[in-house]
Amino acid sequence: MIATRDAYGEALAELGAENENIVALDADLSGSTKTGVFAKKFPARFFNMGIAEANMVGTAAGLASVGKIPFLSTFAIFAAGRAWEQIRQSVAYPKANVKIVATHGGVTVGEDGGSHQSVEDIAIMRAIPNMTVLVPADGEETKGAIRAAAAYKGPVYIRLGRNKVANVFPAGHKFEIGKGCQVADGSDLTFITTGLMTAQALIAAEKLKGEGISARVVHIGCIKPLDKELVLAAARETGAIVTAEEHSVVGGLGGAVAEFLSEECPTLMKRVGVYDRFGTSGKAEELLKYFGLNAETLIDEAKEILKRK
Amino acid sequence: MKEKIVELQEKARRLRVAIVKTLHKSQSGHTGGSLSAIDMVCALYFHKMRHNPQEPAWDGRDRFVLSKGHAAPALYVTLAECGYFPSEDLMMLRRLGSHLQGHPDSKGTPGVDVCTGSLGQGLSMANGMALGFKLDGKENRVYAILGDGELQEGQIWEAAMAAAHYKSDNLCALIDANRLQIDGEVAKVMNVASIADKFRAFGWNVIEIDGHDMAQILSALDAAEARKGAPTAIVAATVKGKGVHLFENKASYHGVTPNDDELPEALRCLGELD
Repeated sequence: MIATRDAYGEALAELGAENENIVALDADLSGSTKTGVFAKKFPARFFNMGIAEANMVGTAAGLASVGKIPFLSTFAIFAAGRAWEQIRQSVAYPKANVKIVATHGGVTVGEDGGSHQSVEDIAIMRAIPNMTVLVPADGEETKGAIRAAAAYKGPVYIRLGRNKVANVFPAGHKFEIGKGCQVADGSDLTFITTGLMTAQALIAAEKLKGEGISARVVHIGCIKPLDKELVLAAARETGAIVTAEEHSVVGGLGGAVAEFLSEECPTLMKRVGVYDRFGTSGKAEELLKYFGLNAETLIDEAKEILKRK
Repeated sequence: MKEKIVELQEKARRLRVAIVKTLHKSQSGHTGGSLSAIDMVCALYFHKMRHNPQEPAWDGRDRFVLSKGHAAPALYVTLAECGYFPSEDLMMLRRLGSHLQGHPDSKGTPGVDVCTGSLGQGLSMANGMALGFKLDGKENRVYAILGDGELQEGQIWEAAMAAAHYKSDNLCALIDANRLQIDGEVAKVMNVASIADKFRAFGWNVIEIDGHDMAQILSALDAAEARKGAPTAIVAATVKGKGVHLFENKASYHGVTPNDDELPEALRCLGELD
């Protein structure tokens, strides 16, 4: 078990050794976002911009325009939220080669409370043209996603978490932008999940198997562009979809899947996520339970949707 | 040098004519702020900056960021005059399918390096470029033109703080202080004075000039380059709509273009018609 932000810190430092054009920026949170690992190894290529996210985004765009590959980090709420328009204008509109790695996404920020828990970032980043949006499930996938982002020319938003998460993928797992991954086969319904909810879906699928229900699990580590082929196959072959994400049900993975399927292949659906409300203080584990972001909810929703099938 | 100044003054007059004709044709765009900034844009492109219109992506070029992106006509007529694209393209300004967007767009226009227009963001990008050049030990310089109204944006001061912190002496900001913004006088809408004191307080080298005096513009640009250890802000007192009395010092001409009746008089002011 490793936090995706820790995997990021490692991967960025590795990449920094391989490619001298990689630079990193942070807004006074380098210890938390783990860009500090890079900063220690490559101090000249690290820019602490202070608590000024808007300027950090613009600075990264400028660095990109002279050939650098900037990775900028802060908490998701400040990256996607505070600096949304800078990301739109200075990064996405010119298709600048800037990588926005936002840590502390979702409610598992925990004790800091609702002010710091970003449950809207996937939606607002996904709405911007030219933007690629990645939400890895675990440490291994994070390393792959960071490498894929560095290799891709253009803006990428990568959402990571604060806490240690269960391993879903084996070491060396290859990440491809635009591709999802079926992590468990099944025929009665499909869990389409992202981030830490994929591990929960695997637990739920295993338990449902014992009750004679065959649940497929499709992990979407790349929300945009969406792996339409994989989603369509799941809809056609299982006829029922339960999405799950540590994010609002408005506009995130559930929104993306619903938008796509409602036009291509209307399918019974249920979205598991945060229902149009802010987060609150508490321990990460307590909050996941409080918001129903766990295997138990997925099991309940699977049974409910099968009744409607 | 005196000859150079006369040459640049004549170039600036011709660019003003091009701005007026372009905006008359497009019937959409920003007249006042284009005319106030053009002497500085002219001095940069025809004297100070190293660049190559035949090779827009030349690695050794200095960079220009029009942070007050609504003055795009000033940039476009200058780029056309340099030869980055045919002058005929100017007649397509703001039209569907044209590479000359309402505000500068690096994706389509040769010679434009960044997208600007949403105010307050250009200085951050310019400083990012400056930091990149420093990192690579390159001599390229970065110039950004800002509006005085634009200084009301908080991000400008985040960028000002960062540029001084990182000692970006390869960065020069030119403030086109024409004293007017859409809703009226800058001093009345939201006073930004003293601009010079503010930049000084943020750790910048500050030079105050008349932004229409070519000799002062050139010597300020040289002084900026000579200054090591700090970025330079050239605070240029300008006249919105400069060169055409119909438009001068009128906030109402911020986003209004010359109409058919005004065109002959405007061109006459600029020495084009008898």
